[in-house]
Amino acid sequence: MNFVLNDALAGLAGGMLIGLAAAILLLGNGRIAGISGILGALVNTKLPALWAENLLFVAGLAAAPLIYTLSFARPDIDITTSVPLLIAGGVLVGIGSRFGSGCTSGHGVCGMSRLSKRSIIATLTFMAVAVATVTVMRLIAG
Amino acid sequence: MRKIVALVSGLIFGAGLTLSDMINPARVRGFLDVFGGAWDPTLAFVMGGALSVMAAAWLVVSMRAKSLLGHDMPGAPSGTVDARLVGGAAVFGLGWGLVGVCPGPAISGLFLGGWPILVFIAAMIAGMMGFSLVQKRA
Repeated sequence: MNFVLNDALAGLAGGMLIGLAAAILLLGNGRIAGISGILGALVNTKLPALWAENLLFVAGLAAAPLIYTLSFARPDIDITTSVPLLIAGGVLVGIGSRFGSGCTSGHGVCGMSRLSKRSIIATLTFMAVAVATVTVMRLIAG
Repeated sequence: MRKIVALVSGLIFGAGLTLSDMINPARVRGFLDVFGGAWDPTLAFVMGGALSVMAAAWLVVSMRAKSLLGHDMPGAPSGTVDARLVGGAAVFGLGWGLVGVCPGPAISGLFLGGWPILVFIAAMIAGMMGFSLVQKRA
């Protein structure tokens, strides 16, 4: 294991910010902060009634790291996946999160915290498959 | 007001992803690589932090009929576990493992991640649109 205390503390603080953001959306607007649901509704064949609200949430999500870099070091974004697998990964994440009605935020954070059986099972499933996928890729790469 | 709440929530969410370094796919894959010998537990701390705050938020929700702005609260979660839920989650997990990016960090990487994240976002949106088309026909 590669445990670094500062990383764990930054993770905990960042995680609490994520929880706070989801709590604000829930307690203010009565909505679940599920990114795949919010984004998926925006790219639907029919625009949702709350499209402006959805777009502003997504805009905030995209703008925040830029604002962050004004005061703090620019974060690394390392992607080592080849282009074909990058495209396959994106398509699978898009389809799977919509068919499964949620992703790491909707099921993982919002659903599990209310002990939703569906969300707990979905999260355990995608975690297990993702762990298996990374493991197989490492073994193939040798 | 709803719009301001949504923008502020998005900004804080993105700040959380950046501070926790979940914006970095290499970090996420370091967590998923449980058996690689150098497991990075950071994502577990992020989940723990987010779940603790949200559990408190749900407790507040349980004591209120409406949101603070007077909007309806989400209904009780459905208990239905079907093939669609598990199959969708499995497909999502496969894509997540391949790249280390899920929808939140994808959007947060939009301006800082260069072309690979743009390719991923385009593919992810194409997948979501494909889902919408299938839904429409069903």
